[in-house]
Amino acid sequence: MVEKKSKVKSQKSKVEKTKTIKPPLTKEEVLSLNVGDRVLINGQIVTGRDKIHKFLFNERPKIEDIPFNLKGAVLYHCGPIVRKTEEGFKLIAGGPTTSIRVEMYEHRIIPQYGIKAIMGKGGMGRKTLNALKENGCVYLHTISGAAVYLADRVKRVVDVWRLEDFGMAEAMWIFDVEEFPAIVTMDAYGRSLHEEIEKISYGELKRLIGFP
Amino acid sequence: MIELRDGIFELYRKAATSLPPDVEKALRHAHEAEEDGSNAKTALSAILENIRVARETERPICQDTGVPVFFVKAPNGLSQPELKDTIIEATKFATEEVPLRPNAVDIISDKNSGDNTGVGFPIIYFEESPDSALSIKLMLKGSGCENVSQLYKLPFEELKAERDLDGVRRCGLDAVHKAQSRACPPYIIGIGIGASRDQVTRLSKEQLLRRLEDTNNIEVLSELEKRLLNEINRLGIGPLGLGGKTTAIGVKIGVNHRHPASYFVDVSICCWANRRASLIW
Repeated sequence: MVEKKSKVKSQKSKVEKTKTIKPPLTKEEVLSLNVGDRVLINGQIVTGRDKIHKFLFNERPKIEDIPFNLKGAVLYHCGPIVRKTEEGFKLIAGGPTTSIRVEMYEHRIIPQYGIKAIMGKGGMGRKTLNALKENGCVYLHTISGAAVYLADRVKRVVDVWRLEDFGMAEAMWIFDVEEFPAIVTMDAYGRSLHEEIEKISYGELKRLIGFP
Repeated sequence: MIELRDGIFELYRKAATSLPPDVEKALRHAHEAEEDGSNAKTALSAILENIRVARETERPICQDTGVPVFFVKAPNGLSQPELKDTIIEATKFATEEVPLRPNAVDIISDKNSGDNTGVGFPIIYFEESPDSALSIKLMLKGSGCENVSQLYKLPFEELKAERDLDGVRRCGLDAVHKAQSRACPPYIIGIGIGASRDQVTRLSKEQLLRRLEDTNNIEVLSELEKRLLNEINRLGIGPLGLGGKTTAIGVKIGVNHRHPASYFVDVSICCWANRRASLIW
């Protein structure tokens, strides 16, 4: 028990640095990020969730057919609540959605469109982890459920794509963000904090249900 | 039923924007318990700030305003079809005005209806009540956490789970371990045990309506709720799932009689944003 606790603690003690990142990101910037680093994002980020991923994976639209430049982008797994006002779109709430649902798509979308950071919650699997390593990309975990807190770090809704056919939650939005917080939980060196936590919790699970 | 429609609209607004005080209190305790400077503590600070700002600015706590689930106890003589129409009207109004995120998607056309109504959407469970008052409880169940909820059939050899309460304990631990951080911990866990699948999934969800301070009036279940909560928190998943002491803030268990051949256990996992509200009319 004491041992387990100290293992969990050691995850924490690795968290020390806060870095500011500004998309579009370069490979060098990505390689300077390690699991445990806290980041603040300034600039533009792009949203995409289930439908966008299915669409990009199956239809493979050409880069020039997408109105946004995804090269070096931070792709945020988010289905926001956006209100249309006279002054334009206004973000009401926009926290992360569960990333694992797009596990079967992400590994090919990362290299095809030059994505340099994936942001969401809950982490992703081996396929994505390998793609991060092969292409110089990171996974950022932001604050689960903190939809209003995070929306207040979005200064402006810049634009939207496929709103008509995909709907509010599934469209691709561009947000201009300021000091948008996240933690690097999967890096370009093949390390995944999610795998590490899962391993620790599995050890404890086995102990609690009396398995050898 | 215009007045009732407005009452249900208020129920939506309250559930979506203002977290119940017992849940907020438990998150505050969790925040105090985590170590200074840890990811867990930093995350809980942001979550508490999020809860405060959502309430003050009357905005939804989470962008996923979920699947609305109504538990209705209606007095004898009240028309259920009329009540259903009123709920649907209030849902459309709330989607526009709160606002809620439109979440109802047609299976065939894959189109979002845009107003949170559709076939079987919202979910409404009616029951006739001997009371003269109408009681409506609303839960906004986020789908991230609905996706990681698990149904078990006992015995289940993989977990050495037999047909007894210790088997139920094993299922609870396994479901949380499988969920890891995908469903926004710290979690609230509802467990339903009984004879058939449809019954236990509803029963486990109903447990999520119980206040966290609420003690089970069946002593062995009350003990099991405490033990499971303690053991889940030893899994070390933590707030955000990046390690920490608090993986869950509540476990609630409900039981029905079972068939000799069956022992179904459903584990409903709820994110920290356990959004619920109720009204008596």
